[in-house]
Amino acid sequence: MNGAQDLGGMMGFGPIGIEANEPVFHAPWEARALAVTLAVGFLGRWSIDEARHARESLPPPVYLTSSYYEIWLRGLERLMVRHGLAIDAEFETGVPDPAAPALPADLKPAPDAAQAAAILARGASARRDGSGRPARFTAGDRVKVRDINTLAHTRAPRYVRGRVGTIERLHGDFVLPDAAAARRGEDPQPCYAVRFAARDLWGETAHPNDCVHADLWDDYLEPA
Amino acid sequence: MAGDHHDHAHDHDHDHGHDGRGHAHAAPTSPMAERVKAIEALAVAKGLVDPAALDLIVDTYESRVGPRNGARVVARAWTDPAYKARLLSDATAAIAEFGFTGRQGEDMVVLENTDQVHNMVVCTLCSCYPWTVLGLPPVWYKSAPYRSRAVLDPRGVLAEFGCTIGDEVELRVWDSTAELRYLVLPQRPAGTEGWDEERLAAIVTRDSMIGVTRLADQPAELRP
Repeated sequence: MNGAQDLGGMMGFGPIGIEANEPVFHAPWEARALAVTLAVGFLGRWSIDEARHARESLPPPVYLTSSYYEIWLRGLERLMVRHGLAIDAEFETGVPDPAAPALPADLKPAPDAAQAAAILARGASARRDGSGRPARFTAGDRVKVRDINTLAHTRAPRYVRGRVGTIERLHGDFVLPDAAAARRGEDPQPCYAVRFAARDLWGETAHPNDCVHADLWDDYLEPA
Repeated sequence: MAGDHHDHAHDHDHDHGHDGRGHAHAAPTSPMAERVKAIEALAVAKGLVDPAALDLIVDTYESRVGPRNGARVVARAWTDPAYKARLLSDATAAIAEFGFTGRQGEDMVVLENTDQVHNMVVCTLCSCYPWTVLGLPPVWYKSAPYRSRAVLDPRGVLAEFGCTIGDEVELRVWDSTAELRYLVLPQRPAGTEGWDEERLAAIVTRDSMIGVTRLADQPAELRP
């Protein structure tokens, strides 16, 4: 989606806000926002890809003026409503509303602390080696990124679309975010690190000794 | 300061359920703090989350998982050539030897800095970051100035971190657009010959493992 999340190459945001001795959380609410977002996610009603799409679907003026955990919270609210876990009125009160539909019948019980620790320690790899289609490209191949413009979720940033790069390495087969976010299954397929000379992305003003790598799926690429 | 981590005084597109009563003697809370409190209370009341699991998640990322993990990996790579070889060929397995596994570190890639090559990591599309070895990302890493400019003007970004690399050095930027998480293996600074792993780990900084600084540029008096 060509949303405000796709920031690579934009200008005018000012200096990097480097903060000495930065705390992990700048306010107690940030810690709770992280925890609630992860914990509701543990119920398995949506993929990380769908969650990212919910965040990047925020209107650009909202996205660009919200702190990161605020973006997370807004995304979480949309996901909870979409999946029948809450209605908007409940976010105002914090109290279950009799008007809200019953929770989904197949909802898993919420993990306790020990189960949550195990989930965090295990993670959820998106690697699906051996289940994707054969890789069309190999290291050294020249590829062009397809000009993908969609309201749906994709992980091909605008600054590489239509550009030619070189396959640097094959990572293996990975869940295609575009499919997972749209709940079209996982469509696992080869994912590659693609190397772009900075001058091929930005023109003559770029440093001749710079390059940018992006991790891109088979579907995003065509032979150059 | 980027100033994007504080609560924004302007309202975006919602009321925040503050009824204006009952706070006469309490410290004023931000709209976001109110909002998070409501979502957390709602999720607990509906049985979607276990409060003990929320506390565990906060404790994990506030106290248990952080850049000291990555520093131990780096120090081991500096002192044990066989480990370094494993780390560069299968980072996920080599890092798991320390027990550093799980969420946002499921599939790791380590990038080695040398005299000829400097690597730096960004996520232009959101804030992908190797939690298992670095903990949660700093605000600047998640913010528009870094995400927009790291791919466009990486040397300018490095300069803001006080890091100048020669024109002859190849600068490789890695945009974390997929589920691979990147850790930079910084160069071991001169003058640390004979140091043991623990002493070496103490001088490895988070920013050097993101690739926005070099340890050789650190003032010697900051070294343990």
